[in-house]
Amino acid sequence: MIELNNISKSFGNTHALKNVSMHLKAGKCFGLIGPNACGKTTIIKSILNMVVPSAGNILFDGKSIKGDVSYKNHIGYMPQIGRYPENMSIKQVIDMIRDIRAYQGIEDKELYDAFGIDQFGDKKMRTLSGGTTQKVSATLALLFNPPVLILDEPTAGLDPISSELLRYKIIKERENGKLILITSHLLSELDDLLTDIIFMQEAEVLFNKSVGTLFEETGEERISKAVSKLLKIKRA
Amino acid sequence: MKGITKFVIADILKNRIILFYALILGVFSWSIFSLEDNTSKGIMSLLNIILLTVPLVSIIFSNIYMYNSAEFIELLVSQPVKRSAIWTSLFIGLAVALNVSFLVGIGIPVLLFVPFMTGMTVIITGMMITTIFVSIAMLCSILMRDKARGIGLSIMLWLFLSLIYDGLVLFFMFQYADYPIEKPMAIFSALNPIDLARIQVLLQVDVAALMGYTGAIFKKMFGTMTGYLVSLILMLLWIVIPFLISIKLFNKKDL
Repeated sequence: MIELNNISKSFGNTHALKNVSMHLKAGKCFGLIGPNACGKTTIIKSILNMVVPSAGNILFDGKSIKGDVSYKNHIGYMPQIGRYPENMSIKQVIDMIRDIRAYQGIEDKELYDAFGIDQFGDKKMRTLSGGTTQKVSATLALLFNPPVLILDEPTAGLDPISSELLRYKIIKERENGKLILITSHLLSELDDLLTDIIFMQEAEVLFNKSVGTLFEETGEERISKAVSKLLKIKRA
Repeated sequence: MKGITKFVIADILKNRIILFYALILGVFSWSIFSLEDNTSKGIMSLLNIILLTVPLVSIIFSNIYMYNSAEFIELLVSQPVKRSAIWTSLFIGLAVALNVSFLVGIGIPVLLFVPFMTGMTVIITGMMITTIFVSIAMLCSILMRDKARGIGLSIMLWLFLSLIYDGLVLFFMFQYADYPIEKPMAIFSALNPIDLARIQVLLQVDVAALMGYTGAIFKKMFGTMTGYLVSLILMLLWIVIPFLISIKLFNKKDL
């Protein structure tokens, strides 16, 4: 569904991505993990064309995303730190996005209702706490029933209950056959969420495996342990 | 794009600074025309105020607004909207809002007190100047990632175009007074939108004594009508070129 071919990007002298290629298929949930500053967010932003890669191309459903914006209708994106116009209220932001997307189908209001967005819909974005902003981001990402979900650190800043709600929703969407791409530092949160793991280090993909293979190779049953064991094997 | 433009216009018109700007321009023009009996003289005083304050407010306000819209831009880029549509909406929004305040503050009294043709020239010139400086401000905001630097660059540009430039032209004129420098002088003034605006109004008001050196050259070279058209085209270029450069840079920008 989404294909990255030899993507490179540098910001000044630092290489954010070096020759990264990956193939993301529908019905799977990919976990993009790795240490800080390894290029996870840059990959996500490249897919959304918020960062323009210096080399390589990205295909969405077989078509290059260069010069196209309509493919973003099929993506729900939840940023790591949601930045919204400060003097707009939550409802205004949602209405504006609704207006832009002109989505014809039935809106998926599950998270909207679960998070109780209606209760504080009139609050201005600048008065919101980090967690509430995350709730708005998650709601917006899922509202228009997109076949692709890109979630950058989705549970960071959310309280345990909301975090569980979101996890539950992600699993449900995965079972609906959507393509999901998640980044996270907290590997323990990713168990029973992921089907595939892409591990990045220093702007490169170290490995890209299904969770099943990973468990088989390492003999572990938890993602966090399996990943650290595999890294040890690789280093040795 | 229509929706975004509408949103931007509504957002700016809610801003108190824009209301205050219209009010101040209104106070200036009403007081000038009520104190001055001679409309030509009145126009001249008003022109000096317009050429000093309008560029300053337009460039600083637009620049700050662009930096404050960083989140708005980031949100929209992640949505199915063309980058050029976002940028154009912001440009149209700023230009419309600032022009509306200019029309309210200056346009109404000018149409009441000044003969129609002259009045229209003053209004069109002021609107062009407003739009030119919105365009320059957007270019500054894309050239400088840092807000303080961007605003600094805007202030420097305003200072250069409205004060320093004329000083340099005068210096040049005195240095080379013995040579035939009419043509280079006309070209020099054509490169500065504020000079162009001044010439445009002066050609219309026809106060030869106040026309200044460059204005007189313009008139001699082009005659009133052609001179007016040439300066109008040059001003349009001042709107279009910075805007096109900024949109090109924005299309490649990493957010």
